[in-house]
Amino acid sequence: MKKVMMGNHAISYGATLARVQVIAAYPITPQTQVVELLSEIVADQKLKAEFIKVESEHSAMAACIGASSAGARAFTATSAQGLALMHELLHWAAGARLPIVMANINRAMAPPWTIWTDQNDSLSQRDTGWMQIYCQSNQEVLDSVIMAYKVAEKVLMPVMIVLDAFSLSHTYESVDIPDQALVDKYLPAFDYKYKLDVKNPHTYGGLTTPDWYMEFRIKMHEAMEQALVEIKKEAPVFQKVFGRFYDTVDPYMVDDAETVLVTSGTAASTARFAVDQLRAEGKKVGNLRMRVLRPFPFADVRQQLKNAKKIIIVDRDISYGYHGIWAQEVKSALYGHSQVPVFNFIAGLGGRDIFPETYYNIIALVEKKDKPDQELYWVEVKK
Amino acid sequence: MAKDRKKIDFKKMEELPPMVMSLRSMAANPTGSWRNLKPVIDLSQCIQCTICWKFCPDAAIDWIDGNPVINMDFCKGCGICAEECPKKCIEMIKEGK
Amino acid sequence: MVEIRFHGRGGQGTVIAGKILADAVSKEDKYVQAFPQFGVERRGAPVFAFIRIDEKPIYIRSKIVLPQHVIVVDPSLIDAIDVTEGLKKGGFILINSSRHPDEFQNLGKDFRVFTVDANDIAIRHRLGSKAAPIVNTAILGAVPRIFDFVKLASIVQSVREGVPVNPDENAAAAQEAYDSVIGV
Repeated sequence: MKKVMMGNHAISYGATLARVQVIAAYPITPQTQVVELLSEIVADQKLKAEFIKVESEHSAMAACIGASSAGARAFTATSAQGLALMHELLHWAAGARLPIVMANINRAMAPPWTIWTDQNDSLSQRDTGWMQIYCQSNQEVLDSVIMAYKVAEKVLMPVMIVLDAFSLSHTYESVDIPDQALVDKYLPAFDYKYKLDVKNPHTYGGLTTPDWYMEFRIKMHEAMEQALVEIKKEAPVFQKVFGRFYDTVDPYMVDDAETVLVTSGTAASTARFAVDQLRAEGKKVGNLRMRVLRPFPFADVRQQLKNAKKIIIVDRDISYGYHGIWAQEVKSALYGHSQVPVFNFIAGLGGRDIFPETYYNIIALVEKKDKPDQELYWVEVKK
Repeated sequence: MAKDRKKIDFKKMEELPPMVMSLRSMAANPTGSWRNLKPVIDLSQCIQCTICWKFCPDAAIDWIDGNPVINMDFCKGCGICAEECPKKCIEMIKEGK
Repeated sequence: MVEIRFHGRGGQGTVIAGKILADAVSKEDKYVQAFPQFGVERRGAPVFAFIRIDEKPIYIRSKIVLPQHVIVVDPSLIDAIDVTEGLKKGGFILINSSRHPDEFQNLGKDFRVFTVDANDIAIRHRLGSKAAPIVNTAILGAVPRIFDFVKLASIVQSVREGVPVNPDENAAAAQEAYDSVIGV
């Protein structure tokens, strides 16, 4: 069934179709409608789930950890400062190998106080052991929530579904809501081998000496590597059932592109539009949309960028005193595999719009240079 | 109980669960040896109010035949029971005395 | 691709109007994207909503700076702000007003003005109060009269499905607005 909905509601429908059993969340702009709709769906008994109102995001994740440990499919959603407040428990959820799924609506970090989009909030949680999936449409958001549980429960690692504030969260577009029967067939009930069970008691999270701590970390890393395999494996399976294909990266006209834009989120969607216009002018430009940040798709990135003569990474985020965060990731994957010059642009922080013209300006600047003469370039900032 | 108490020792990665979890109930892991003060209840004054039983953070007080009984396998000697006892009939005494 | 900007005031249902229009367009198997101005909305303050309509998937996701058409939900905004800002030559301006389009010549010769008295229609159908009528469904009824990207039947159906109360009255208001657009 097709329905025009906002991105936030696409998350709620995704969680509902995934038959989540426990939802614990604390409201924050621009995430509020996610839990608003879920609470209505639960109150109307259209979803058999426990909706837990909590006093903070830290508590929200704590409740999800408890629920997931007991074998329930747990869900939450947050943004920016809320995600930052969860930070300690993000490590806990991943370290305890709990397949929790969360939506994070990208909102720039304060101060200065803001509600608009950029990716610093989620990218700052890069090393917590959560998978991160960046979406460019409301349909992808709904589908990704369902896929996330499938992958998470196979490898026992949590997943963060990431989408831009307003340009997805509050944007209405047509979304196909798959039949519940199809989703049930694709995503069986969560059967957690290690769940809390009073009949078979265990203690979790106990003190671990240097003798064994590293081995637990190796297991997490291997689970993430396996997650990459599972994501690749699920793509055609999901497509067969639902007709839509989602890979780790989303290439657009990169095969013969001399210059490739590397982008993510809704900025990638606009980049695709810009590529069409630039191609019409005869410019050989392509776009590589980064969908999965963790586990990082090394092979796909190297493969898609192998023909490029120039690579432009546009970051809607920054690691102060270094590069944009996607630039670090992609450059690191290319090191030793490519000699192609890589340009890093910082654009659209704090919700500043990224227009097609933004990309035209970036391309025009890069055309004049053989290689970058700065570590990074700021786009469309006041002089 | 005794056979459950053998030390859990992993030899290989495959034996290790994915997350830190005990392979059986922690009842097999007595912690009473950590104690240097032990609670002693004067049952002649006890009014069976169950406050000590409720407050024990380690659930190391059992209720047997209507009276509190300290499980010395797990009591770490924190003294919360003695502090909370309304009749002050629990005394913390030095171990080994 | 058609790009339209709505002008209204916070609390008038301008964003909902965009959503209902998106729903109607989507019923006709076109691609659509509707979004509010990404800000902190206050009751009474000028607000914007935007809608993109296309025959093929819409990838551009930045704000609409140069709209083809403009819909003015609150006529008092005409004097308060420049509703023609960025409006492309030949663009249509649909205004909720009891006045004749000729009276809006000050908006410039480059555009074509249409009016519909959505306030009066809403009040007669008891939508909202006399002091603050809810005019968004009436305005939507006028849309298929002047644009060819959506049919009245789709609008009426989406209005019925999209309003929280009084679907019959809202649908009737949309129909009446369709019949009473001035300037066609």
